[in-house]
Amino acid sequence: MPDAIRLPDAVRADNLSFQYGDEPVFSHIGFSLRRGDFAAVLGANGSGKSTLLRLILGELVPASGGVLLFGKDAQHFDEWHKVGYLAQNGLASGANFPATAEEIVTANLFSRIGFMRFTKRVHREKAREALYRVGMSAYAGRMLGSLSGGQRQRVLLARVLVSEPELLLLDEPTNGVDAETVASLLALLSRLNREDGLTIAMVTHDIARASEYVSRILCLEYGSMVELDRSQLEEELSHRHKHPARP
Amino acid sequence: MAIFEYDFMRRAFAVGLLLAVIIPCIGIIIVLKRLSMIGDALSHSSLAGVAAGLIMGINPIVGAGAACIIAALGIEGIRKKLPKYSEMSIAIVMSASIGLAGVLSGLVKNAANFNSFLFGSIVAISDFEMILVVCVSFAVMAAFVLLYKELFYVALDERAARIAGVPVRSVNFIFTVLTAVTVAVASRTVGALIVSAMMVVPTACAMQFGKSYKQTVLFSIAFAVAFTVIGLFLSYYARLKPGGTIVLTGVLCFLLILLAKKIAASLAAIGNGA
Repeated sequence: MPDAIRLPDAVRADNLSFQYGDEPVFSHIGFSLRRGDFAAVLGANGSGKSTLLRLILGELVPASGGVLLFGKDAQHFDEWHKVGYLAQNGLASGANFPATAEEIVTANLFSRIGFMRFTKRVHREKAREALYRVGMSAYAGRMLGSLSGGQRQRVLLARVLVSEPELLLLDEPTNGVDAETVASLLALLSRLNREDGLTIAMVTHDIARASEYVSRILCLEYGSMVELDRSQLEEELSHRHKHPARP
Repeated sequence: MAIFEYDFMRRAFAVGLLLAVIIPCIGIIIVLKRLSMIGDALSHSSLAGVAAGLIMGINPIVGAGAACIIAALGIEGIRKKLPKYSEMSIAIVMSASIGLAGVLSGLVKNAANFNSFLFGSIVAISDFEMILVVCVSFAVMAAFVLLYKELFYVALDERAARIAGVPVRSVNFIFTVLTAVTVAVASRTVGALIVSAMMVVPTACAMQFGKSYKQTVLFSIAFAVAFTVIGLFLSYYARLKPGGTIVLTGVLCFLLILLAKKIAASLAAIGNGA
């Protein structure tokens, strides 16, 4: 019997370098996210975590190397319905955008609805289903501005989930959210990872809490990336683990 | 009613109502993209186009339309080059437009015709202008309905819209052209110096009541229609300039809404305290 065909990694970066002008952010880093991974990406402010996500999303062009998304070059990737992305500050337009949770979630069904096509009942039901998955079905008709920070994050997570992505890229999803909500958000992500097989890469500063839920910990600092095992976590928390480029 | 016995007033109502439907459709997206000043910049560009049209002997609205499209594309182009300072692109285009309008207006022989574009002359619409307004209005309405969800997502979160597969560049381009032609035809009717207020004020009023994006859009249109009807009646019976009266009606309504909300909040606080 032939070996099972191995699917390409969800994300694979090889020899990846990036610089803003003359200022290098990281040099020749490599890592892969296998399907079903739940990885936390750590690093100090300015270490390039968000830049790394933007490279994965094909928004920035690497100085060297490249990123493969599901085996395809991120710069020419066209299956974006497979990727869900939650930006650091939630909504670019602000929390007071006059729209309901359901309208915001339905917006992300664009690839299913089609260009210049109208939203139908089945799409609205799908949006309500996504809100139900994140525990926000009771708030479907509420305006975004009337929700708390944690509730808004859940709505934005539902917006990402509604298109049924295979890979979730989250940039500090627990930022500005109270401790109780952080725990429930992380538990929700962990459940989506375990039960639905979602691959998740989550940039976070809150490794103490996130470490209970994630399966891998990647650390981006001093222009290099290392993977930490559980025994190194304590060192990470006290900033004593080794980086190749650490001064 | 005596007001409807005159052909020019019937035309004024027809044109005013069509514009009252399309201007808020453009206005709500502009407000939500935080580009409220774009209407101002384009209206000044339209003045430069009007002056150029009068000098070259072509219809001023066609000149205004061309100038607005060039200016709108210029704003988009500068925005892309300076994404962190998008407001600056509007200021640059507005400054250039004011300068050009100022220089060209000095070369226009019929100054009265040029001045009629500053505050509009909705009661002096020619057949050609009427046809133009009708065509532009239906084109804008059709585009707004067909691109409803795309415009919503781009205004909400341009980056997420791109990742979701929305052709953001095409949608922004179409919207830019729609904005330009709307400002151009509106400059003749409500006036170049007033059109940006008509984009922002109905949306500002609607945002005080809307319980969803859809409601906010519908309320914006309803407010704009109400301001236009009230403004035209007031201007006719009080012998006032229609464009300015329509906008002042809107601004007064907005202030009254804010005042009423403040009073209601105070009464609720007193009620809760009692």
